[in-house]
Amino acid sequence: MRLSHSSGNHRDVRRSRVAGRIPWVLTVPAAAGLLFLVLPLAGLLLRAPWPTLLPRLAEPNVLEALRLSLVTATIATAVCIVLGVPLAWVLARAEFPGRRIVRALVTVPLVLPPVVGGVALLLVLGRRGVVGQWLDSAFGITLPFTTAGVMVAEAFVAMPFLVISVEGALRAADLRYEEAAATLGASRWTIFRRVTLPLVAPGVAAGAVLCWARALGEFGATITFAGNFPGQTQTMPLAVYLALETDPEAAIVLSLVLLAVSIAILASLRDRWVNSP
Amino acid sequence: MSLNAHLVVERSAFRLDITLSVADGEVVALLGPNGAGKTTALRALAGLTPMTGGSLTLDGRDLTRVPVEKRAVGMVFQDYLLFPHLSALDNVAFGPRCRGASKSQARRTAQALLDRVGLTDQASSPPGRLSGGQAQRVALARALAVKPRLLLLDEPLAALDAHTRLEVRAGLRRHLAAFTGATVLVTHDPLDAMVLADRIIVIEGGHTVQEGAPAEVARRPRTDYVAKLVGLNLYRGEAEGHRVRVGELVFSVTEEIDGPVFVAFPPASVALFRSRPDGSPRNLWEARIDGVERHGDNVRVHLEGPVSVSADITQAALAELDLQLGQQVWASVKATETHAYPA
Amino acid sequence: MTVFAAASLTGTFIELGKSFEADNPGTTVRFNFGSSATLAQQIVQGAPADVFAAASPATMKTVTDASLASTPVTFARNRLEIAVPPGNPAKVEGLKSLTDTKVKVALCAEQVPCGAAAVKALDAAGLTVKPVTLEQDVKATLTKVELGEVDAALVYRTDVLASAGKVQGIPFPEAGKAVNDYPIAVLSKAPSGDAAQRFVELVVSQRGKDVLTKAGFEAP
Repeated sequence: MRLSHSSGNHRDVRRSRVAGRIPWVLTVPAAAGLLFLVLPLAGLLLRAPWPTLLPRLAEPNVLEALRLSLVTATIATAVCIVLGVPLAWVLARAEFPGRRIVRALVTVPLVLPPVVGGVALLLVLGRRGVVGQWLDSAFGITLPFTTAGVMVAEAFVAMPFLVISVEGALRAADLRYEEAAATLGASRWTIFRRVTLPLVAPGVAAGAVLCWARALGEFGATITFAGNFPGQTQTMPLAVYLALETDPEAAIVLSLVLLAVSIAILASLRDRWVNSP
Repeated sequence: MSLNAHLVVERSAFRLDITLSVADGEVVALLGPNGAGKTTALRALAGLTPMTGGSLTLDGRDLTRVPVEKRAVGMVFQDYLLFPHLSALDNVAFGPRCRGASKSQARRTAQALLDRVGLTDQASSPPGRLSGGQAQRVALARALAVKPRLLLLDEPLAALDAHTRLEVRAGLRRHLAAFTGATVLVTHDPLDAMVLADRIIVIEGGHTVQEGAPAEVARRPRTDYVAKLVGLNLYRGEAEGHRVRVGELVFSVTEEIDGPVFVAFPPASVALFRSRPDGSPRNLWEARIDGVERHGDNVRVHLEGPVSVSADITQAALAELDLQLGQQVWASVKATETHAYPA
Repeated sequence: MTVFAAASLTGTFIELGKSFEADNPGTTVRFNFGSSATLAQQIVQGAPADVFAAASPATMKTVTDASLASTPVTFARNRLEIAVPPGNPAKVEGLKSLTDTKVKVALCAEQVPCGAAAVKALDAAGLTVKPVTLEQDVKATLTKVELGEVDAALVYRTDVLASAGKVQGIPFPEAGKAVNDYPIAVLSKAPSGDAAQRFVELVVSQRGKDVLTKAGFEAP
């Protein structure tokens, strides 16, 4: 039975005794997995230069890089949503020859070393790139070494996370809701906007969070495609990398700032979007 | 006639081919076993499943090639499919909005319909908070909100438990009676069909096997499936006067009839004896007990012999006769309890 | 034996490693090329290395400060050149041309040796350049020129030579004020100390000098 009100029963099951019991064999690898993910963070915390932390944070370069990181990651995520959700829809719903290949191509930025991705972007969108040349001559737009270039690099690397997440949600969604909407007179666009999209909203939100986090941490493609200039294209990861060359303690401080800000934002969004218990 | 349809849907190993006419205000039930094609027929009427042949007109308008969203059709799905992200009111207002009504106008229409189905207080509830019966009524209101000329209901009561079902069935009957367009409902429950429909079309294997008023179908089943549904023993035979030959058996019947016929009689009219009864009544034969099961307050005994028969006897009779599985018994049925009609 | 060496030494050290292996049968030389600063950090954090060859005295100092290397010796010097794409589309003539706002310039970030050298040279010339990017290492800077994304960059002469025609080099007099010294040292915790000592001797020998000079380095 697929009654919508049965979701209430699921909630009851989650609270029941049997469902909450963890098979003990899972606890050891689970704990090991958690340690593996958390220990490096603990390392950063242990080595952080706590006494000089505040004055270091107040440096204008740090705030500038942080602001740039947050702004570019957010806009890159918005671009990924605008382009990625329709792409996910096509991959999940449309029947066309070579769909498997297209799906594989979508994941290319995941596999490609980001620096190579950056070079690839330069070859296409750079001053002498196929598209970049035309953008320059027709509109006077050059992307490399600009803040817009940072967003392009971040969106390139982060979009697969959104597409894969949304495609999964679309595949899992019950198509019959769309049929019900059609019998009520909804056009395809209305169905997408008012039924499909709300139904997969949790998937879009999850994908957007992954996408944003990936964009925020982006280094290789950004420095290769957009370069590194404070206030223009120097995001936090770039600042961290260069600080590492001369002053590892400063790099630790910058990393912690990036971590703290992103965790705070993600945690608050999670509470709002997913009413987690 | 409001709806005139010749539905043909062909798939690799299945072919649906039925004709269907429904007048304004009439309720027709498509009854049939699983896989008979009744839901396919309903989806073809809605435009959700493309027809591979045939034609479809509603109020004189040819709908054969009209896409689903342009048909004046309302559909209630088996598990209602209320949009989980919209309140009951917005679910009902969805259709009018899609058909061009303003937001406030659509909401007024929706509120009026919710009032009509007795859900005034539930307007702002999300579907997850509605009971099964309430969800069914919201689904009905949502389908009616687009002012359809054809209302389609797919197993409208199948998702409900037995108790709710009784109540919702009565309510649904009232709403269907008030609906002025044509109604087609699909069910595998004969009781739903009997209570809700003016006419029953029985579909088996993609074809119409019987059509008629509920009482007629119940009294004169024409296939084993229908006979079982309505709880009758049914046989096909050759009649000559008051005698009908079914295999090696000859039934005496009250009707004067000739040619190919059906003979039907209820299981309760079958009497069982441990030994051949005296006075040799007619319609007597020897059979082996193949199964015994509870049936309401009685016991249903399945007999194998010249014909397969179900017999209903009381618990007391079962104890008295001391019947065992595999035992040979004598069975008889009075001529006055049988019913013969042309095949 | 493991040698940690600045990325700009890649070509020359591989060649020297081969001849070292030929001279010392049974010894294999493994290289870890990278940014000098990163390598210095790795050594301080306990990476098992025998020899460290850095692109700047400052990065070597990180290691000597941690008492992990004995007296380093300077074995080569490198000088900056202006690298331009083939054909020199922006008609760059000297350091002065880089101050033109129409000329897109890439420099190394000040934190890495080639960036520090660039700042020194520009200061010596009394010029202010506004680069479009401060790259994380000299190879990345060079890539930007090779792809034509910038019109000019300040890189090492050795990098221009190694690019085999993909960029053109333009020498400039102020480069003499910002010559980079390359120090090499045997690490005090070297697992293969003897071999390490012999490798350093090979690098500072005449044969070593020949290989380095051929690649564009100058003798100290």
